[in-house]
Order: sequence, then C-alpha cells, then structure tokens
Amino acid sequence: MTAQEIFDVLKAKFGDALPEEKLSAAGGSAAAGFSLQVWITIAPGRTKEICSFLRDDSEMQFDTLSCLSGVDYNNGTFGVVYHLSSMVQKHKIVLKAFCTKEHPHIQSVSSVWGTANWHEREVFDLFGVIIDEHPDLRRILLPDDWEGNPLRKDYKVQEFYHGMKVPY
Amino acid sequence: MGLLDQRFENGNVFITSLDGLLNWARLSSLWQMQFGLACCAIEMMAASASNFDIMRFGVIPRATPRQVDVMFVAGTVTIKMASRIKRLYDQMSEPRYVISMGSCANCGGPYWEHGYHVLKGVDRVIPVDVYIPGCPPRPEALLEGIMKLQEKVRKESMIRKRA
Amino acid sequence: MIQPPTLPTNYTVKPGQIKTSTGKTIRTEEMIINMGPQHPSTHGVLRLEIVVDGEIIVDCIPHIGYLHRCFEKHCEQMTNYQQVIPYADRMDYCSAMTNEWAFALAAERLLKIEVPERVEYIRVIMAELQRIASHLIAVGTYGIDSGAFTPFLYTFIDREKILDLFEMTCGARLLYNYIWIGGLSHDLPPKFIEQTKEFVAYFRPRVKMLNDLLSYNEIFVKRTANVGVLPREVAINYAVSGPQLRGSGVNWDLRRDDPFVIDHKLDWQPQVGKGEVGTVGDCWDRHIVRMREMEQSLNMIEQALAGLPEGNVKAAIPKRIRPEKDAEIYVRTEASRGELGYYIISDGTASPFRVKARGPAFVNLSVLPEIVRGGLIADLVLTAGSIDIVLGEVDR
Repeated sequence: MTAQEIFDVLKAKFGDALPEEKLSAAGGSAAAGFSLQVWITIAPGRTKEICSFLRDDSEMQFDTLSCLSGVDYNNGTFGVVYHLSSMVQKHKIVLKAFCTKEHPHIQSVSSVWGTANWHEREVFDLFGVIIDEHPDLRRILLPDDWEGNPLRKDYKVQEFYHGMKVPY
Repeated sequence: MGLLDQRFENGNVFITSLDGLLNWARLSSLWQMQFGLACCAIEMMAASASNFDIMRFGVIPRATPRQVDVMFVAGTVTIKMASRIKRLYDQMSEPRYVISMGSCANCGGPYWEHGYHVLKGVDRVIPVDVYIPGCPPRPEALLEGIMKLQEKVRKESMIRKRA
Repeated sequence: MIQPPTLPTNYTVKPGQIKTSTGKTIRTEEMIINMGPQHPSTHGVLRLEIVVDGEIIVDCIPHIGYLHRCFEKHCEQMTNYQQVIPYADRMDYCSAMTNEWAFALAAERLLKIEVPERVEYIRVIMAELQRIASHLIAVGTYGIDSGAFTPFLYTFIDREKILDLFEMTCGARLLYNYIWIGGLSHDLPPKFIEQTKEFVAYFRPRVKMLNDLLSYNEIFVKRTANVGVLPREVAINYAVSGPQLRGSGVNWDLRRDDPFVIDHKLDWQPQVGKGEVGTVGDCWDRHIVRMREMEQSLNMIEQALAGLPEGNVKAAIPKRIRPEKDAEIYVRTEASRGELGYYIISDGTASPFRVKARGPAFVNLSVLPEIVRGGLIADLVLTAGSIDIVLGEVDR
C-alpha cells in the first residue's frame, strides 16, 4: 500500500486521532522512490490504538518497528518518530506524534512491539519525554541521578558528577 | 632465556642485586586484567591472539582484579564506568600498574569536546603509568607500551626504604 | 509468551520449590546476581542483573550505558556531514566499514547524490570483507564463551589477513574513514584485487576447517543446541535483525529485500537457521548462520571483483554539503549484525539537525531477557554471546 492509501484508511477509522488533514511531506522536493519522506501525524495520546491496528490489520501487517526516535524541534515541540515496515506486505510508513515542552507526554507502544521498550526509555532518557503506560520507565544510557536531558537543544552539561569534572 | 643460553663454562651461580632478581621476575610476568572497554579492546584482543602473541611478554589475561599486576584501560571511559574502574583498581593488590591505551583513555580522544558522558582521561580517577597514543593504537604500540612499563619496573626498588 | 527450554527430567521446577532426584522437595529462594560490567564474557561493558532460583534464571535485566559516547550529540555539533563519518566508525567498532557506509548512504540520499558505479562495487567488496572480519570475531569469541580457546586463535589469523587488505587500502586497521559521502577517500591500491582474490581462495577451505573445529564439534553442539531458543514471532516483535533473525528461521535480509545497493544483482543466498541439531532459533542456529554467511560473502566478493568497473571514485559534490531545509530520511542497511539505520533530519545548515542511529546490537540485545528466562544460568553466557553484541553500538 502507498502512504496515501494507509493515510486514507487511518483517517476513515481514527478521524479525530489524526490532527493533520493530509499526508505531510518533508521540506524540499521529495525525490521519487523515497517514500520515507512522507509521514502521518497522529495524536500523542492514541499511539497505542493506532499502532495495534496497523500491526494487526490484514492489509497493513506492520510487524516491525524499525526505529523509534525522539526529536527536539527547537521550537517548544518534541516529537517521536516511528518508522514501521512490514515483512509480509513489504511496505513502509512513518508516523509522528508531537507534544509540547510544557506537557511532554506520549503514549507507549511497547505493548504493541516489544522493541519499543528500550527505544522509548532512550527517548525518556535523552529528551525527557514522558512515555505514558510504559512498563519500566527508567533512564537507560545515563546514570539514574544525571541532571538534564542531553539531546534537548537547550541542554547545559553539568559541571561535576560525583566529584568528577564533566567538561574538559 | 636467550640472555643466558650457553654463556657459562660450568656452575650456575649468578650474582645480581636482590632488587634486580625481584624486578626481573616481576617484569617477566605482568599479569593483565582481562577487561576491555571499547574499540581499543579489539586491538588488545588482536594483540593477545596469534599474530602478536602478547603472552611472550608474560602478559597473561586474568578475569579477576585480585590476581593481576597491570590493568589496560582499553577504550573510552564513561562517567558511568569511571566509578567501576576506580573500584577495580582499588581491588588490585600492590604493586599495581595502569596502562592507558588509546586517546580516549588518555584525554577523552575525539569525545573531548561534546562528549557529555565521557570522562576526559582515566587519570582523573586512577594514576596511570604508561600512556599509549592512537585511536586505536596498533597492537605493536601496545607491545611497546608493555616494554616501557617493563623498563619502569626494572628501575624500581622493592626493598629500599622509601624516603 | 515463550516456552522455557526443556530441563532434565529429574528436575521439576516450580516457583519457590525444587524436587531433587531423590524425590525430596526443597524450598528455594530467589537470589540476585550481578554480572558485569567487568566480566570476561559480556563482550564489553554490559551489566546483567540476574534473578535466579537455584540454577534457573527467573529474570534478567540488562543495564547498558557504560559506553555511552554521545554519538547523536556529536552529529549535531559537527560542522559538516563528513565529520560524522569517523564517529560512525567508532560506533560498531568491529564492523566500521558497514557503519560508515550506512551513514554515507543516508547522507547521499538526503542530498540526492548519485555515486559512480565503481564506488558501489568497492563498497560492496569492503562491506563483505568487513562482514567476514566481524563474524570471525563473533565466532572466535563465541568459542571462548563455550570453552574452546583454539578457534579464537585461528579466527584471528584470518581476520588479520583481512585487516592487512584494509590497511593497504586506507592505512588503518580498525577504524577506516574510507567511505566518504559521495564516494571513497581514494581508489583501491594496486594489487588489491589480486590479493583479495588470493584471500578468497585461501579462506574458503578455512571456513570448512572452522566448521570442523567448532561448529560440528560434539561438545559445542551439546552446549548450544536447544539453548536460548528465540521463536520467530518474538524475534519479529522485537525487530531483531541480522543473523539473529535469520537464525530464528525468518528469511529476511535487507540486502535482498530492501536493496540499497548492487547486492541484489549478485548471486547469493540469505542463510536461514533450520534447527539442524536442535530447535529453530537456538544458539547453534545463530552461530551456523554466521558461518554460512561468510561463505556467501566470499561469493559476493568474487562477483564484485569480477564485475568491478573502471571509473571515478568520487561524485561531484560541493565542498559544503547543505541539504534542503526540513528534509529528512531514514535509510536502513544490512550491517554485520543486522539492520543499521540512520534517521537524519536537516535544517538547511551544513550540520545535521538530528541524527538517530538505530543500531542492530541495541535492538538485538533488548530481546535477551525473553530468551534467557527459564533457562539455566550456565547457558546465559552462551546465549548472550550468540547475540554478538558490540557495546559501542548498544550504547552509542
């Protein structure tokens, strides 16, 4: 299925959970064949519902979550980007869920794909986006008592950690 | 025993200082802690494998810090790992040596500027005897580092009172 | 979700109690054991927190981050895209060529650069040589994990021969910075083709020898068959990739199924675990998939060498690379350990706005608790070793 067809199906089924009226495309002219440059925006509170539909529906069968990335857009918005692919149908789609810096909450999809568990912990660790309904939301890469979220654009590194100087 | 082979007429009495004997024994069996951190650990493995054969220097990998003389800090030391390295160093028995292998362990290497989670030099937590530059150092460089450490051990004295 | 492996028949396990061979019931308690970050068989600085009941693993919690080197932050701070390549090298340091290739490919697609055909062929040759070198480390250290030291020495002899080829090409043994955005840093040296052909001819019988030495060794088979079984559904649900996925019987290889370069033009077959000595998806299957992939890589190298066209090794690209504003791309490639993807967002400046590296080892490791739960503690090292993790990539 093409991204447009997937979008139409989702729009018909989850109308209000898709904030955008049409398929979003990356800036510039998306070259032909690089379908990953278009995406579907989904509501941050309903990711689980949409993702389980995408996984289980016989037309979609998105069995693999290739990648889950957090992004700080440097304008008060955080996003989580889901790159899905299907081994059976051999198609791909990108989903994006956005939240604000004041209310950084996105629903977990780790009950849909097991691989999301660690990716979401990483998003929580490096961006400070709180993943709701996550089974085990802890810092994954940095120590538990680390200050700040390093991949935020306004991150300032701490001077000392347990007596060790952090900057050079 | 190449140095002593076929050198003497008869008898096997050999006169040296006690320090010389002890140091010779110590430097010929520097047991190493089997412990790698990052990329340099692969070169350390290559050094202990067939082509470079680190064991001919008496360097034998041991898995526990209590049996070793020298620790190769092979790779990037992160801040999360630094306290563990300190603890491993504390568990080693005296006399103990540290070889810092690679730029990351020396000074942070390529991560010195933006690496918020990288310790800029392992010498911030434990004392280092020999620094080996390189990213990663070749196995030959590691062997050179071991020989440098052996020189250092040879000049030490275990017996003389310290000032 | 997952069936525990079959235990000895005299060894019935229930939570909190154990029945001995003499028929007596003993009360048991759970105990937490810490393994790592300094442990000879965690392949780096992985820490595993293991909850055991007797010898049975009740739960296993991996703690990672001991080698978190801020790759993604560095990408954002660099002054141009090209500077990211050395950091990409250092991510999966056992398989640096495939890493830099993946990043270069992602950047090229972002910039819509077409590379000359000769570059593609050279990249395939390099990546497949690197895959063999990486699998040789995996196989050798896996031998050590299972108690066989000798294969390690043999695999490293062969690996050094590949490193010699790399060294004559770009001067480095481990981290190359050879594949650049838009091409290569420089062309192949003279005699490279001859020497690679010699290596291929030399290495074919060595694979068979390694198989005799390790893979079909009876002790090794007994240690790894039916151990750490990763069922197909769990593997897909956890997005496991590479030899680990194929070991579970899934015929999926991005080189064929989502072709990113000329690989699909060559004649080779993805290798799939079939459960020859035990269950599909056990440790032995993962091991044998790596062994067979090396032979397939040799085939690919031979064909790529034969078809190597003449030409330039650099595409005409501007000195300062500036992609369009808000352009983004996710490119996935088949690295030695599985699907290596880079998600790059550009903001129109010369440095990336955001780079996410989706490392195969990170994802493959996340399935570890599922496969070791219910198994014996002695098998943990073997199961963890069969995943073939590289901590530089797990923690990035």
